[in-house]
Amino acid sequence: MIQPLTEDKRVTLTPGSEGLIETQTLEVSIGPQHPSTHGVFRMDCVLDGETVVALKPVMGYLHRNHEQLAERMAWLGSMPYTDRLDYFNSMTNNWAYALAVEKLAGIKVPEHAEYVRVIMSELTRILNHSCVIGFMLQDLGAWGTPLLYAFREREKILDLFEAVSGSRMMCNYMRFGGVRVDMTEKDLAVAREIVARFPRFLDEFEKLLTTNEVLLARTQRIGILPKELAVNASISGPMARASGVEYDIRKIDNYGVYGRFDFRVPIGDVGDVYDRYYIRVLEMRESIRILQQALRDIPSGPHVAPEVKLRNFKIPPGDGYGRVEAPKGELGFYLVSDEGGKQPYRYHVRPPSFINLTTLEDMCLGHKVADVVIILGSIDIVLGEVDR
Amino acid sequence: MEAIEKIKEVAAQAVAGAQIEIVNSTPAAQQPAILVDREHVYAVAKFFKEDPRFQMDFCSCVTGVDYLAKGDKPGFIEVVYHLYSVAQKQGPIVLKVRAPRELDECHVPSLTPLWRGCEFQEREAYDLYGVKFDGHPDLRRILMWDEFTDHPMRKDYEPPADYEWEPTPHDDTLQRAVQEGGIMPPTAREELEKAKKK
Repeated sequence: MIQPLTEDKRVTLTPGSEGLIETQTLEVSIGPQHPSTHGVFRMDCVLDGETVVALKPVMGYLHRNHEQLAERMAWLGSMPYTDRLDYFNSMTNNWAYALAVEKLAGIKVPEHAEYVRVIMSELTRILNHSCVIGFMLQDLGAWGTPLLYAFREREKILDLFEAVSGSRMMCNYMRFGGVRVDMTEKDLAVAREIVARFPRFLDEFEKLLTTNEVLLARTQRIGILPKELAVNASISGPMARASGVEYDIRKIDNYGVYGRFDFRVPIGDVGDVYDRYYIRVLEMRESIRILQQALRDIPSGPHVAPEVKLRNFKIPPGDGYGRVEAPKGELGFYLVSDEGGKQPYRYHVRPPSFINLTTLEDMCLGHKVADVVIILGSIDIVLGEVDR
Repeated sequence: MEAIEKIKEVAAQAVAGAQIEIVNSTPAAQQPAILVDREHVYAVAKFFKEDPRFQMDFCSCVTGVDYLAKGDKPGFIEVVYHLYSVAQKQGPIVLKVRAPRELDECHVPSLTPLWRGCEFQEREAYDLYGVKFDGHPDLRRILMWDEFTDHPMRKDYEPPADYEWEPTPHDDTLQRAVQEGGIMPPTAREELEKAKKK
């Protein structure tokens, strides 16, 4: 708990200077309307000079009880709402929910649909990671330029999403047992072109950033997250891997058809902000490899399992948990069905960026207040998902 | 991972006196859970975390579920933990614990001392379901605002008619505001004056 300022919190600066200068700690509330908090997120910091001595995250400003909404409608009804969780990555959100329902109901997804899902999800991962790096640089003070480079590439991917699903960001694309509409040959050709051109952008992006002196000075040895703490605090995704935790749900669970692709899982060794930046660059390169293989091998077939009924869809009583490797970490859905089975009795989202915030204070203690902003930026949060 | 019966047997041997049951998931999901009584859930969780056969070092998902009373069966709140092992790349073990629905009795031991990852998730379960986690270092509301009094994810929750102040109260809300003599924004006063004149 942060102590209220009414308490006497006077401390002396350095030994020997007692009685010369009296200082006291200062409580600063960063957010919820601050541009560096990536949304309506607030941090209650206690500062000693410029150094952070305590920090508590405050959330809930965007809380809309997503879970209760979903418990009051049919199973499929909440699919469009999952788009609004992490509104950068609607495709992986859709997949996580569809995967959980398929697990509960025992639906088998046709091979072609699995490949389409992989293509869409890996494009989403590229889109998310490039934008996150752009936002991180924005937090460092590189106003606009890196972010706009990233947004230029993102736009190409969003155009493809719009052509396939009808919407740029709120795609509402996946269905239980497959996807809503199939990708045409033309869409696949566009995807191949994006994949062919992306490494050039990434090389250029890296040339500007990876060995940039300002970036190195501002990010190395900042916000270190030790490996043991990362595992113990349920940190997942690129943030955990930057701390050296070798855990990628695509490899562990082999959901979908991920078992067929040849790709590596990059691991960091220090666990600082720079590692979290560089892990994302490397993950984009691996995503490109997956995309190349998926676009080469995609078989023909139905895009949705024909036996799945859209109307009157029911699930036998019981519960189950399904999870995917979303760009921000482990996105899971815990679902409970009761006797009627027409709608979820319990619908719980395990949001990665909410849980990744657990260690925000540990990473920020002892750093300057300017570093808090990049440490938060390197966690990669989206408030639609944190607050639900 | 071993079969659930084996896990149950091993846990029952390790923690003396623990009452352990197996709860089935949907037939297709194949994720049977282990239901432990409240007194022993901490010891069982600690066993799963530290035993070299399981090494459940990663507590992925924590949530509450509200089951209303059915016939003569009393209702209960169930807290569900999904445990995975990063070290051995196995899991999940689904751990469940039940508490009565009555607010003053709705206590379970907190597992935050074992896994830091439970910290925010248990706060969320407390906020939305009213489960008090004994031993949690910082049990406050996390999503709802601090002044909020109820637990909105409970199945019998009924939202009040005007729990948030309407910017321009009208009709019933305006009437009630007048009767209760509560604080009013200036616009509301104007509205009220107009209504009186009519």
